[in-house]
Amino acid sequence: MSVATKTVTAPPSFSRAGVLWASTVGKKALMALTGILLSLFVLGHLLGNLQLYFGRDSTGAYLINKYAEFLHHNKPLLYGTRTVLLVAVLIHVVAAFQLQLGKGAARPIEYHQKESVNSTVSSRYMFWTGVIIFFFVLYHLAHFTLGWTGVPDFKEGDVFHNVTAGFRSGIAPLLYVIGMIGLGLHLRHGLYSTFQSLGAGNPAVSQWALKWAAVVATVIALVNLSFPLAVLAGLVKG
Amino acid sequence: MKLTLDIWRQKGAADAGRFETYTVEANEHMSFLEMLDVLNQELIGSGKEPVAFDSDCREGICGMCGFVVNGVPHGPADNTTICQTHMRHFHDGERLRLEPWRAAAFPVLKDLVVDRSAFDRIIQAGGFVSVRTGAAVDGNAMLVEKNKSDRAMTNAACIGCGACVASCPNAAAALFTGAKIAHLGLLPQGQPERTDRALNMVAQMGKEGFGHCTTIGECEANCPAHIKLEAIAQMNGDFLRAVFAKREEAAGGGAG
Repeated sequence: MSVATKTVTAPPSFSRAGVLWASTVGKKALMALTGILLSLFVLGHLLGNLQLYFGRDSTGAYLINKYAEFLHHNKPLLYGTRTVLLVAVLIHVVAAFQLQLGKGAARPIEYHQKESVNSTVSSRYMFWTGVIIFFFVLYHLAHFTLGWTGVPDFKEGDVFHNVTAGFRSGIAPLLYVIGMIGLGLHLRHGLYSTFQSLGAGNPAVSQWALKWAAVVATVIALVNLSFPLAVLAGLVKG
Repeated sequence: MKLTLDIWRQKGAADAGRFETYTVEANEHMSFLEMLDVLNQELIGSGKEPVAFDSDCREGICGMCGFVVNGVPHGPADNTTICQTHMRHFHDGERLRLEPWRAAAFPVLKDLVVDRSAFDRIIQAGGFVSVRTGAAVDGNAMLVEKNKSDRAMTNAACIGCGACVASCPNAAAALFTGAKIAHLGLLPQGQPERTDRALNMVAQMGKEGFGHCTTIGECEANCPAHIKLEAIAQMNGDFLRAVFAKREEAAGGGAG
């Protein structure tokens, strides 16, 4: 009697994270998720900064300084948020770079003539508006978080003083205008494209997202820009 | 009508290629490809190499033809193939630049002809669809939501011409792969293999060297088969769901 033998090999292991990261679709989904986190931070940052306009409380302390102290006082919240944001930025940026390199490899010979039939500037220049935002954030951290540049007499914790002093001189307001144009264009397409990247393709939803992404992006960019412009115009002064 | 054509001439994959300029006398009732036929007859008559371009049905349904005219895949007519574009869309004395699809995954074979086997391999990666054999089942035995059957049909209309890749600034094949994944994924017949199909087709799309989708929308605007961006969202959703739904094959293959 012969015995049939069958070699049983282990099925190839399936790494979910590996498959996600290896595919352009998975990477775009990760960029969408990290983009949502970063957008929420942008919104929170903007709402907090609005206190610049609320002046002092009854004790004579600036509201925005009290808010800054509250954020810095709570160390787990501060460092937890910073860690999450740093990881999100890292994933977003590394994925963007790899996809951008892949894009170059996917069309090694450019067209001699190519027309855009139906697309927005913000959608075609996502990578480059992202680069603008990246360098703007580095400058913004050096400007107001670390006080390395552009703020005469920088005082850690005295946000009201730093902001009013930091926007009155030099090229700071101009750099903020460039940064906010980059942010506005990036959000205008990113907030819409996020739905698509995560699989929500119902045209009713996409059309809604396309419309509101433009509104939200414009409002965020303009409100953020109002801070340096208000200081420049002398509406907010120490 | 008299036209000046700057046409991409390339002897083969190894040749660097260049534009060459020709003039041709056409009339407005000709299709674009008939106009090129006239040019080729003249070239053959004068002992020159005719311009190579792909075509088959010339009815806009086979997906064989396609090149870029003045920077627009399939030319200026909305949502149609170049074979169904007629010369009335152009005017006397116009200068047209004809260029092949440009993508690493679509290497130029000759002149305006590119190799689109990458699309075939994506289809092959999709694998089979389980079908019943034996006696035909009653036509209404399997219920399909009207909206889903309409969307499946819309996506099944993809002719695989490659204009989506050609028009995409990222040279992505997301609209093509999305249409193929969506047209089966929306129907009950496509459910048994839905998970593996999404994983394998997306993986193959990456292996072929296509770029990533950034929802720019040029593909949708240039698609002769009216495939919508929604197909890409469907692919993204199916793929992401599949990544989490995928289960290891049980060692030994289970009972059976």
